[in-house]
Amino acid sequence: MTTETLAPTGSETAGRPMDLLRFATAGSVDDGKSTLIGRLLYDTKSLFSDQLAAVEAVSAARGDEYTDLSLLTDGLRAEREQGITIDVAYRYFATPRRKFIIADTPGHIQYTRNMVTGASTADLALILVDARKGLVEQSRRHAFLCSLLRVPHLVLCVNKMDLVDFSQEVFERIADEFTAFAAKLDVPDLTVVPISALRGDNIVSRSENMPWYEGPALLHHLERVHIASDRNLVDVRFPVQYVIRPQSTTVTDYRGYAGQVASGVLKPGDEVMVLPSGFTSRIAAVETADGPVAEAFPPMSVTVRLADEIDISRGDMICRPNNAPAVAQDIEAMVCWMDETRPLQIGGKYAIKHTTRAARAIVRGLHYRLDINSLHRDESANELRLNEIGRVRLRTTVPLLADEYRRNRTTGGFIVIDETTNRTVGAGMIVETP
Amino acid sequence: MTSAAYQVTHLDALEAESIFVMREVVAELERPVLLFSGGKDSIVMLRLAQKAFAPSHIPFPVMHVDTGHNFPEVLDYRDRRVAELGLQLVVASVPEALASGLVRESADGTRNRIQTPVLLEAVEKHRFNALFGGARRDEEKARAKERMFSFRDEFGQWDPKNQRPELWALYNGRHHPGESIRVFPLSNWTELDVWHYIAREQIELPSIYYAHEREVVERDGMLYAVNEFLPARAGEERFKARVRYRTVGDASCTAAVRSDADTVEKVIEEVAATRITERGATRGDDRVSEAAMEDRKREGYF
Repeated sequence: MTTETLAPTGSETAGRPMDLLRFATAGSVDDGKSTLIGRLLYDTKSLFSDQLAAVEAVSAARGDEYTDLSLLTDGLRAEREQGITIDVAYRYFATPRRKFIIADTPGHIQYTRNMVTGASTADLALILVDARKGLVEQSRRHAFLCSLLRVPHLVLCVNKMDLVDFSQEVFERIADEFTAFAAKLDVPDLTVVPISALRGDNIVSRSENMPWYEGPALLHHLERVHIASDRNLVDVRFPVQYVIRPQSTTVTDYRGYAGQVASGVLKPGDEVMVLPSGFTSRIAAVETADGPVAEAFPPMSVTVRLADEIDISRGDMICRPNNAPAVAQDIEAMVCWMDETRPLQIGGKYAIKHTTRAARAIVRGLHYRLDINSLHRDESANELRLNEIGRVRLRTTVPLLADEYRRNRTTGGFIVIDETTNRTVGAGMIVETP
Repeated sequence: MTSAAYQVTHLDALEAESIFVMREVVAELERPVLLFSGGKDSIVMLRLAQKAFAPSHIPFPVMHVDTGHNFPEVLDYRDRRVAELGLQLVVASVPEALASGLVRESADGTRNRIQTPVLLEAVEKHRFNALFGGARRDEEKARAKERMFSFRDEFGQWDPKNQRPELWALYNGRHHPGESIRVFPLSNWTELDVWHYIAREQIELPSIYYAHEREVVERDGMLYAVNEFLPARAGEERFKARVRYRTVGDASCTAAVRSDADTVEKVIEEVAATRITERGATRGDDRVSEAAMEDRKREGYF
């Protein structure tokens, strides 16, 4: 076991500020996913002794032959009783370079909903396969979902290399097969790492058991993968979240538009257009509670003030006159259905939340349902059930200010809400706005 | 300019996310309230609320669920902060609820569990439909599965198996009358993030968070301050120790840890090096069972 000492975390090292990487893991206990997460937490000193002691005690009481690290993340009573993961669990660890947020999702097909949820905010997804078994249906499905959700970086961990004698041949066969499959999926960045999560090979430092492997250890890759350029800094999109108008005697005539920058860079002096009205103005100031800033970019939460008084409210979008999203009521989208009780049906009416904008929508058509294992399109489908994905045409009551999801994950995604139960029943990714 | 210039630190990213969440609540939900215990997490949450709505005032009241077992330093801090910010303070009082018969004292005298009905009654009385809580996912395994926007039924109950999927930053706060949403803007913060932020923002905390001398007894392997709510039991030795509090809760079940950390920098060093979680080190109430927190949350606890 290799355990390099890593200082748990400082706010910065050598003048380089710590940044944040969110990643999703998919797989089942059989693939060694929990062991891998346990190891990352343990080796970065993010696992506490009382947590470990509690897990050891429960494991011993159940008669497990080894400490079941999945108990670290499977915290709910039902999960412990049934030995399954039923929900996304969030875990945190940090090294001096980065803080990491893991969205740990269960891997089976009945949990596609959870995987989609975890992937929606991920900068990177980590897929595990067992070196003895190679790629299985589940690995391909996970890769497809990551590409559907446009997770910018994908890491395939070929685990349990110790059980195939650290064979380069086995690794390369799996890596080649996965690379060929990923090429069909439009995966922007793929890294394949041979590991043994149980023994710690290629997790924190390069394994001496696999001298033929010339790539980085997993943690090294996670710490250094370049994510800054994943953000869209070209298209200015500022969904107005809340209008700040102090009712105060000391601050008068203040009107600021609060929100989080979805994409692009906003600067004082920039000419902007406000949608859906189409009025134009100039940015007078970009402010935070700590004072004005020279520029705002994702993921900053700021308050924008404009030179002219125009009528703007929550749900409007500030963009540039020559670079604006579509103003569309007809939406073509891939939808993942998440409701176990009622399927998505043609003619069904739902509430939509897109950026900070609320609308109602009717399902005008279902072009096809996608078999997420074979990628076969079933054009005869007339509904989407729980965990099914299909291409849907929607008509909304008010225009959405929308971009294609492949270009903008913030202004291209929406959720579907059942108006009776108020539950979130679907996730939509805009394909086009015809 | 290259994209490398447009970088933010992890603290900036966490702050931006929390501010976004707080604005989302105020924009979509009519009657929010912020649960304020005088603990470090709720203090950080209050700072974030200040930032989210500046230069306006914080557009919602704060509520303290008062078990009657308070550290005087914390009550004093609470009252000062509330006055400085011009906030409306709602006190949901456990002693009053005991007097009126709404709840009964538990056998062991701790009031952690009986806070819940008192909280729920105050929510109903004031018709609050969104409650900001300072809980973090790194604190405890049931909280690791909690949403940013956590739906509660008309009994304030959490159903962990039936949670709304939470995608992107699209939070669903819809609910029927009588139901409510618990909102946890600090979900993605760790204890260490909170302390780094306190240092960066130079946020004042109640003095008990820093090392001081106190008369304590050792009980179940933890150090408890001897006070009017927690007298020494027969056979327990009282002694002076240099301690600080890692969490602030009910004074009858919150333990202190031995510490020399009397500045925020020293606390950061100590927290970075510690091998025990804050709740594991200081909370008698979490030691009841494997799923103590999940069970309390199901009943409507924070």
